[in-house]
Amino acid sequence: MNTLKRFAGVLWIVAGPLAIYYLIKTAASEINKKPVLDTKIQWGVFVIVFTPIAIGIMIFGYYAIKGEYDHLPESSSEITD
Amino acid sequence: MNQPTSEVQGIRRIIAASSVGTLIEWYDFYIFGSLAPVIASQFFPKTNPTAALLSTLATFAAGFIVRPFGALVFGRLGDLVGRKYTFLLTLIIMGSATFAIGLVPGYETIGFGAPIIVLILRLLQGLALGGEYGGAATYVAEHSPPNRRGFFTSWIQTTATLGLFLSLGIILITRHSLDEDRVKSIAKFNDWGWRIPFLVSIFLVIISVYIRLKMKESPLYAKLKSEGKTSVNPLKESFTHRANLKMVLLALFAATMGQGVVWYTGQFYAQSFIETICKIDFDQSRTMLLWAILFSTPFFVFFGNWSDKVGRKWIMMAGMFLAIVTYRPLFGKLLSISDEKSKVEIAGKAEINTSIKPIAHTENSLRTVSTKHLFEGGMTLIETKTDTLYSAEGRTTAKPDIKLSKQLSQSDYWMMVGIIFIMIIYVTMVYGPIAAFLVEMFPTKIRYTSMSLPYHIGNGIFGGLTPFIALLLTTIYTGDKLVGLYYPIIVAGVCLLVGLLYLRSKIDPDVND
Repeated sequence: MNTLKRFAGVLWIVAGPLAIYYLIKTAASEINKKPVLDTKIQWGVFVIVFTPIAIGIMIFGYYAIKGEYDHLPESSSEITD
Repeated sequence: MNQPTSEVQGIRRIIAASSVGTLIEWYDFYIFGSLAPVIASQFFPKTNPTAALLSTLATFAAGFIVRPFGALVFGRLGDLVGRKYTFLLTLIIMGSATFAIGLVPGYETIGFGAPIIVLILRLLQGLALGGEYGGAATYVAEHSPPNRRGFFTSWIQTTATLGLFLSLGIILITRHSLDEDRVKSIAKFNDWGWRIPFLVSIFLVIISVYIRLKMKESPLYAKLKSEGKTSVNPLKESFTHRANLKMVLLALFAATMGQGVVWYTGQFYAQSFIETICKIDFDQSRTMLLWAILFSTPFFVFFGNWSDKVGRKWIMMAGMFLAIVTYRPLFGKLLSISDEKSKVEIAGKAEINTSIKPIAHTENSLRTVSTKHLFEGGMTLIETKTDTLYSAEGRTTAKPDIKLSKQLSQSDYWMMVGIIFIMIIYVTMVYGPIAAFLVEMFPTKIRYTSMSLPYHIGNGIFGGLTPFIALLLTTIYTGDKLVGLYYPIIVAGVCLLVGLLYLRSKIDPDVND
């Protein structure tokens, strides 16, 4: 199971940039299609809020590859270092 | 394990006091969303681009940006000064902002000041909501015995749905009680009656503040504080310490992200779908949701309680799985029930009403043709076509405005209630156990901060954007009316995969650390 968790980490690392690329591509295409302020704000908000989350999933993948999730903490002393 | 009666009564008081406040906060937050079209006409006229821009900002910023920010601000405060005073503060901010919205003069009276004030008040609402939930869930969990944590915190989980129920109920009652004539009552509601649900909030908040003032600080937090072990910088500890950050990320990607989209699809996108795609009329679409909520709410407690026995993970994962595999058939059924093409129209029974009103300061007139079609089985369809009659000869409206409104027969109505009920059952599965799940992931000294952020990113951003993104997808890919469901299905699918792989089902016996 731990090996699978680590391998899946690669998937999460790849998913981050892919999500950002797809988001920006769709945003650009939709804004070009209808270049009004509402569309710009709407897609601007999507890009602003989802990009840090996509970076978050890359960090999550990195931790997974490193084996950080092989063992989940049993007590708080393991969390607060 | 049997608890002494006094202890059980004490916990019940704590749950009641916390839940009432959280319910009122959700009520306050939802009435703005439920009354969005009326508020837009009062404060954000579409004819003025700047006001329309402020309207877009009010919609997006309050729900999706300010909520996680509120989670950080009040989470930090809750870990620094205590749970009790923090969620007392969020309640006061929310109540005052809501009451104030009910008092703001309209755009026609004070111009640009109106939308700007409303935007600021809406932002305050989002900020307060961001801080409330983590505090209430933490507070109840820190009072609960380990073997009943899921059960006791599940009462907090009912508040969001009951807040929606209360807001829809008060709006419907107000809308129909301002005049004996239904049409006049609705007109009065759209004119000034919409303020009543906002103003009513102050009474609810005063009662809730009074109850909360009588509450004591969480015993676990009070113990930490007396020992001088509270966090000096909870934000830094939560998000820069790797050991904790990895748990914040796990909470988001393995639980709250999927939970958020399942919640918002079942309760909000379903309503929006019924109204905008199925074209069911205002009252029917809202009462359907009210019934479905009423029947399904006890299941929050059922699944919270069950999670104390079998663990949180499998119930939440099962809820996500069921949502993923059944959303398309369920929404497809909503479409087919409301499809007039599958029904037989009663010939010769159509009623046509035409009205022509002059348009002020022009020589043109506005023509409204309303055709009421009756179908076998009891469904009615009202088609309202509006166009301009120009005084200039030969000029016609290029594209008349056509609105459809359907009233379902009793059997179809209850079938739709049943389908929404099933979708809200999924909500109860993913949402009922999640407070206990989140509380058990983080230590007391940074719990408020650490659990609030993944919760509000999952619900505010992933969940809150569901109706917008789903609707947006239907405008991009126009061939499939169910295309909007791919957003919640994909997000819940990723979350299910992460949850199955990385979460464990163990219940943390000790949250006192």
